[in-house]
Amino acid sequence: MAKKVAFMQGNEAAAHGALYAGCTFFGGYPITPSTEVAEVMSVELPKVGGKFIQMEDEIGAMASILGASLAGAKVLTSTSGPGLSLKQELIGYGCIAEIPCVVFNVMRGGPSTGMPTGPSQSDVMSAKWGTHGDHPAICLVPASVQETYEEVIRAFNLSEKYRTPVMVMPDEIVAHMRERIVFPEPGEIEVVPRKSPSVPPEQYKPYDTSFGDVPPLAAFGSGYKFHVTGLNKMQDGFPTTKAEIVQAEEERQVRKVDANVDDIVTFEEYMLDDAEVVVVAYGSTSRSARYAVNVAREQGIKAGMFRIKTFWPFPDKQIKALANRVKGIVIPEMNLGMCSLELERCAQGKVPVLGIFRVDGEPINPDQIVEKIKEVK
Amino acid sequence: MSRYELRFSGAGGQGLITAGIIMAKAASIYEGKQAVQSQSYGPEARGGASKSEVIISDGPIDYPKVTQCDALLAMTQEAANKYSHDLKEGGVLLIDSDLVTNIPAGNFKTVAFPIINTAKNDVGREIVANIVALGAMVALTGQVTRENAEKAVLSSVPEAFIELNRKAFSMGFDKALAARA
Repeated sequence: MAKKVAFMQGNEAAAHGALYAGCTFFGGYPITPSTEVAEVMSVELPKVGGKFIQMEDEIGAMASILGASLAGAKVLTSTSGPGLSLKQELIGYGCIAEIPCVVFNVMRGGPSTGMPTGPSQSDVMSAKWGTHGDHPAICLVPASVQETYEEVIRAFNLSEKYRTPVMVMPDEIVAHMRERIVFPEPGEIEVVPRKSPSVPPEQYKPYDTSFGDVPPLAAFGSGYKFHVTGLNKMQDGFPTTKAEIVQAEEERQVRKVDANVDDIVTFEEYMLDDAEVVVVAYGSTSRSARYAVNVAREQGIKAGMFRIKTFWPFPDKQIKALANRVKGIVIPEMNLGMCSLELERCAQGKVPVLGIFRVDGEPINPDQIVEKIKEVK
Repeated sequence: MSRYELRFSGAGGQGLITAGIIMAKAASIYEGKQAVQSQSYGPEARGGASKSEVIISDGPIDYPKVTQCDALLAMTQEAANKYSHDLKEGGVLLIDSDLVTNIPAGNFKTVAFPIINTAKNDVGREIVANIVALGAMVALTGQVTRENAEKAVLSSVPEAFIELNRKAFSMGFDKALAARA
């Protein structure tokens, strides 16, 4: 049987991806350019017995999904820059209390209200450093409508597997762009269920590391009772300031991601085999980069592209390897040099990192990238 | 690789984004080609500049925006002035002859007819001016067949307005061919 196809926006695809992953709760507050996610969820969730709620603001929306997740639901919220800033306190809460959830943030011009309908890639640092304190960070940056659908499913899977908030951050171009999408059949893409406790309620501890770095999470209302707090906690969930426990718990939370980088980090290599200049790109900018690499190749320049699909954790290992064999790295991004900093850190001065930074609400066009590729000597 | 670039430009509220979506849908879903539609607009609900861009290709499409435009629809003087400069040599410029009176010069073919007035007087409702324009763009660009484009139009509008849109599409298609001749 032919698969179901549609012509839709990245935002709409995100909502359908969430439904495929088993999302049954959405709490949000509308904001351009992410509102279509909420629109689709408000129509579709009731059909599958799920709940949609428009909260009084973004903080309330984030709180609602953390609560719903603790009650056993797979949960999603969607927002954009100013909303992301408001959600940050509770994203930190999700990290320390280890509550699976997916935050879909469409990047628009900033800071503050910025340019509501203009594209940007300036929230990628906020995905890791926006909430205070040491914490694990996972952030996916899709580049097409189909990929947005698939990466939202992967975000749900990672959030359940590692029991932590996961962000998906398309730029406004990917979120509002329309392309053909082919929907997978049920069962075609893996959907990871939440790990439930194997012990009876009286023996259950929500952060019991005898089950590994990612302890099972019971659902409130299923007979298991436990304490949840934003304070540093012990295995039973109650607060502690005991030095050795706090140190060990903090390290474990970060280790959940750090020790599993190879499982989480994804990327695409395009024409890299003999490349002397590598364009590192992500999101819609990678589409300009691919075009530019093709143009450069036609002109006899050995250019290639490394496309970042997982922004956090950053693909350190891959970039370090590239820096050892190319003559230069070009990084086009719709901010004033965020990924660029990470590339410089990984390149360790071995090769130049040349940036093209644009924050005027216009996309980076292929010509700009071709010109920069030619600057690498 | 073939790459055909269209831009629908004018003012917010003229339905240009919808026209672009239907063109792309016709190519992508009904014609079996690949297509990407994107847009840019201001924060206003109506008024302000608005544009919708469609890239059509036989193969995968990387850059989703216009690099050198093959066909441009301009529904305001401002849009005609602003966007005609990156029209390809031999490209097509379609304008509403009542709204764009200062016709930009260049090495492209200009086709003009009163798009909004066609919708208002010949079809009967001004609101379908975007579908009149779409019919014209389909006729002038030849990227999708008349039949596939009509299918895309009819699958994109509410049941009660199917006849109205069918008429608007046909009217635009025929008037554009007559105006070009």
